[in-house]
Amino acid sequence: MNGVHDLGGQRGHGPILIEKHEPVFQTAWEGRVYALMGLARRRGLFNLDEMRRTIEGMAPAEYLRASYYERWLTALEKLVEEKSGWTGPEPPPPLARAEPLPRFKVRDKVRARNRHPRGHTRLPRYARGKQGVVELVHGPFLLPDLNAHGLGRRPEPVYTVRFTSQELWGDDGRAGESTSIDLWESYLVGTRFRT
Amino acid sequence: MSHDDLSEIEARVLALESLLVEKGLVTSEEVDQVVYRFEHDIGPLLGARVVARAWTDPKFKQRLLADGSAAIAELGIAIPDLHLEVVENLAGLHNLVVCTLCSCYPWFVLGLPPVWYKSAPYRSRAVLEPRAVLREFGVELPESTEVKVWDSSADLRYLVLPARPPGTEGWTEEELVAIVDRDSMIGTALPQVPDKVVP
Repeated sequence: MNGVHDLGGQRGHGPILIEKHEPVFQTAWEGRVYALMGLARRRGLFNLDEMRRTIEGMAPAEYLRASYYERWLTALEKLVEEKSGWTGPEPPPPLARAEPLPRFKVRDKVRARNRHPRGHTRLPRYARGKQGVVELVHGPFLLPDLNAHGLGRRPEPVYTVRFTSQELWGDDGRAGESTSIDLWESYLVGTRFRT
Repeated sequence: MSHDDLSEIEARVLALESLLVEKGLVTSEEVDQVVYRFEHDIGPLLGARVVARAWTDPKFKQRLLADGSAAIAELGIAIPDLHLEVVENLAGLHNLVVCTLCSCYPWFVLGLPPVWYKSAPYRSRAVLEPRAVLREFGVELPESTEVKVWDSSADLRYLVLPARPPGTEGWTEEELVAIVDRDSMIGTALPQVPDKVVP
C-alpha cells in the first residue's frame, strides 16, 4: 500500500531529535506493549507481516502523530479484534510451493517493478522502476505481500540490490552514495546485462 | 503528553494485557520477564563485544563478515528467525543503516532502537541525503568517502563494523569494548578514543 509509513525520500519531517542516554522504554506501559506484541506473535495469534500491515493501515495523520509504541498499541488492539475467533495455535499451512532456486546472481542487473498494490508490500516506493545491481543473495523468505493477508506462505529468494543515488534521486542524486535494499524476487525483473 | 492522555493509554494497555491473559496467550510474569531482559540483558554491549572481538581476532572478523549469524553464535548470541549481515567501514567507505518502512534493527546485538532511529526525520532522509543526516549526528566525512546506506526491508539485520580508531594499538579486547558505542554500529557515529585513557 502506498501508505504514510513508506517514508524513504520524503522531506519536511524536521530535524532528527537525538536524545542522549534515553531509557529503553520511556514509560512502563511501552515495555508492556512491546512484550505483549512479541509474545502474542510468538504464540501464533498473528505473524510479523500482519503486524506491519495493521500498523501501516493507520490513517496518515494518526500514524505521524502517534509515538512508536502508541502505533504498536493501536495495531495490537486491532489484531486482537481481527483474530477474536482464534482458538489456539495451529500448525502453519504448507508452503505455497517448494523452496525455489534463485533466478538472479550477484552482479546481475535488475529493475524493481513499478507497482502500487492495495495490500502490504516491502518494496519501498522510492525504489520502484529503478535499476540496480544484485549484491547479495539470501533466503528464501516468505513473501510478505501474501503472508500479511493470510493469502499463502510463498517462499522466494531475497536479494540485496544496490541502487546508485543518481538512479534513485535523479538530478538530486550524488556521486559516491548508494542505497542497498532487500527485495523479494517477484519485486524484480531481470535486465539483459551483467556488470 | 498530558497526564490524562497518559492514563488513558495506561488503561488501554491494562485492558489489552488482561484480555490476552484471559485468552491464555500470555501471563503477566512473561511480560515482566521480556521487559526485564530488554532493560538489563540485551543492549549495545553485546554488539560492542562482537566489534572488539573482530578488531582483535582477524579470523573471527573473516567469519563475521562471511556469516554474521554463525559468528555471533560463537559468542553465545542467538538470533531467532533473522540473519545478521555485518558491513565493514573501510578507509574511503562508510556504512549507514536505516529501515525506511518501519524500524528493523539488529536488536539481538544492540537492544531496542533509540527513538530517533524509528522517527520520520531519520527514516525519510537517511536514503535521500545520508551525508546531511550524518552531519546532524556530528559526523563529517571527507567528500571522497563513499557512503553506502542499507535499507533493511526483509529478514536481514545490518550491523556496522566500525574501523578501529588509530591510537588503540595494544589495547585489550575489554578496553576496546568500552569505546564502541551503539551509534557507531548503526553508522551514525565513529568510535572515539577518549583523551584521558592511558591503556
